[in-house]
Amino acid sequence: MSRGTLYDKVWENHKVASLPTGQDQLFVGLHLVHEVTSPQAFGMLKERGRTVAFPERTHATVDHIVPTGDRARPFGDEAAENMMAELEENVRGSGITFSDPDSGDQGIVHVIGPEQGLTQPGMTIVCGDSHTSTHGAFGALAFGIGTSQIRDVLATGCVAMEKQKVRRIEVTGELGDGVTAKDVILTIIRKLGTEGGVGYVYEYAGEAIETLGMEGRMSICNMSIEGGARAGYVNPDETTYEWLRETDAFADDPEEFERLKPYWESVTSDSDAEYDDVVTIDGSAIEPTVTWGTTPGQGIGITEPIPHPEDLPAEKVETARRAQKHMRVEPGETMEGYKIDVAFLGSCTNARLKDLREAAAFVKGREVHPDVRAMVVPGSQRVQKAAEAEGLDAVFKAAGFDWREPGCSMCLGMNDDQLQGDEASASSSNRNFVGRQGSKDGRTVLMSPIMVAAAAVTGEVTDVREMKEVTVA
Amino acid sequence: MSDAIDHDGFADGDAPAERVTEVSGTGIPVRGNDIDTDQIIPARFMKVVTFDGLGQFAFFDQRFGDEDEEKDHPFNEEKYQGANVLVVNANFGCGSSREHAPQALMRWGIDAVIGESFAEIFAGNCLALGIPTVTADADTVETLQEHVATNPDAEIEIDVENETVAYGGETIEVTVSEAQRRALVEGVWDTTALMGANTEAVKETARSLPYIPAAHVPDEGSDVTGAAGDD
Repeated sequence: MSRGTLYDKVWENHKVASLPTGQDQLFVGLHLVHEVTSPQAFGMLKERGRTVAFPERTHATVDHIVPTGDRARPFGDEAAENMMAELEENVRGSGITFSDPDSGDQGIVHVIGPEQGLTQPGMTIVCGDSHTSTHGAFGALAFGIGTSQIRDVLATGCVAMEKQKVRRIEVTGELGDGVTAKDVILTIIRKLGTEGGVGYVYEYAGEAIETLGMEGRMSICNMSIEGGARAGYVNPDETTYEWLRETDAFADDPEEFERLKPYWESVTSDSDAEYDDVVTIDGSAIEPTVTWGTTPGQGIGITEPIPHPEDLPAEKVETARRAQKHMRVEPGETMEGYKIDVAFLGSCTNARLKDLREAAAFVKGREVHPDVRAMVVPGSQRVQKAAEAEGLDAVFKAAGFDWREPGCSMCLGMNDDQLQGDEASASSSNRNFVGRQGSKDGRTVLMSPIMVAAAAVTGEVTDVREMKEVTVA
Repeated sequence: MSDAIDHDGFADGDAPAERVTEVSGTGIPVRGNDIDTDQIIPARFMKVVTFDGLGQFAFFDQRFGDEDEEKDHPFNEEKYQGANVLVVNANFGCGSSREHAPQALMRWGIDAVIGESFAEIFAGNCLALGIPTVTADADTVETLQEHVATNPDAEIEIDVENETVAYGGETIEVTVSEAQRRALVEGVWDTTALMGANTEAVKETARSLPYIPAAHVPDEGSDVTGAAGDD
């Protein structure tokens, strides 16, 4: 049993009662809502004659189905229009704030929470989306929930949970050139497995994590769930506070910032905290990492050979064989040179301003390969606006990228942004499951934004480190 | 135990959950580790505002080809039609939090799942629907899958309370997590009703948190759970 960790403290601060099931009832400090997983929950709420208990602690946006091209209403896709209308109807009159496309604040739910300062350390945050773990980057306890639990939160402001174990993951050393947070988390999942985190919350720590900015920490916490951990977090520090100071919540209210800071500091894991497990990973040994298969755990360094299935642990052999057949890759070869048809720079993992800046810096003066369809989907309207103010859109467009409106887009193919047939994509998103990007024969290779940029230019999976010096100033 | 639960906080539409002490019926094996929720229900079928009708889309892309022709999949096989106990391998239901996945399985006819292990959010979503997710070791699960494949009409009895599964004349030990077992056996898996009964404690916790403005917590006496009924 862990003791003195951020997880223990935030849990205790939000615990309302012990339930007869043995679960704890936890108060939810922030409930984020989007259009895909909430309509049924609002429906159940109405059926039971209940209303939203804590509307001021609830914030909605639209991201999963929203078009990233023409957004005139009604949407071209009738089903998407219906979902949008349903969300508008559900938030109307309920007191829930809605960051809709007209507000200029719309975006992927895990991008807008942090950028508006809704996400703060020491909070409990839930959303009907498994990537809610993203918000743990701020030292919040944040996790995805199902629709019946959304009903619970709407109706009571609480969730019923069993307490988990805590695994501290220390990533030591300094990350190499061309190595990003995305490569760190792909390496962690590769080492600990897609189900290694089941029953655990991950605390990310160590020099390689602590020296990351908030965007990198978000990329790491975002993919906790791909390693089976429902939540992951980084203890808040000066980097966290710097980000918070600039947000809507505190930019005009420095006194409120100072008032809350002691609380944030108080929830940080104690130096003598006890963990259920501790894992150490050498960050300096991590290479740019890509996936060769159809689970996020099937990753390798760009110079490493794709494993022979029979060399893997018995329980992974069949999955690996199926994955290699689907991806059409050969064991013993590297992923370098794997031809791609689509380059997707977007998603709640990697579509923040820093991600776009780094990719644009690489793309500048280069051109997208003629056989590649390349797109940039900013994480939010604010990211889009800030990027345009810096001229990043012009850089991408000049290179041949499509510059689109914010949303989840091709991460999960719920709007028109989808792979066609057996197209292969270099993708900055979080899941390479079969069918994930909209085509059941589609092939997804996960990688960092700069690796996506490199693949877009060469038309194949490329070691970005090999191309660095050719960059035009 | 459930008699001890205070139902005063229930809204008019809340009803105490049913007890799920055992599930019996015939089985259907779906083999493979890491079967994710995108496979259980592809995202394109989630552009809906109710869960009605999702059953037909369970495992859709594994079941049907480009021309809607049937592929080899247990959910297509005649011998498994009418089965209600799904038998799976490791890390079943990983990936997305979509409750559409267990909803689709439930609406296809599944009442319980036996597997080596389950992704947490998936198992939680199953519990919210009163569907047990029972675990056993890899060999035990594979043996059961074999049994089901060769005896598709054979009865499987899951005893949730005593954590056993009986089939083919033998009874095996399985695991049901403590919280899940209590929730199902005592009929307290409807957590909206359960937590709705703790109105005052919820407000007290909210007020104790420095980041929650006082104005965000409903006044004394008002019903934080928003139950519209005149209780």
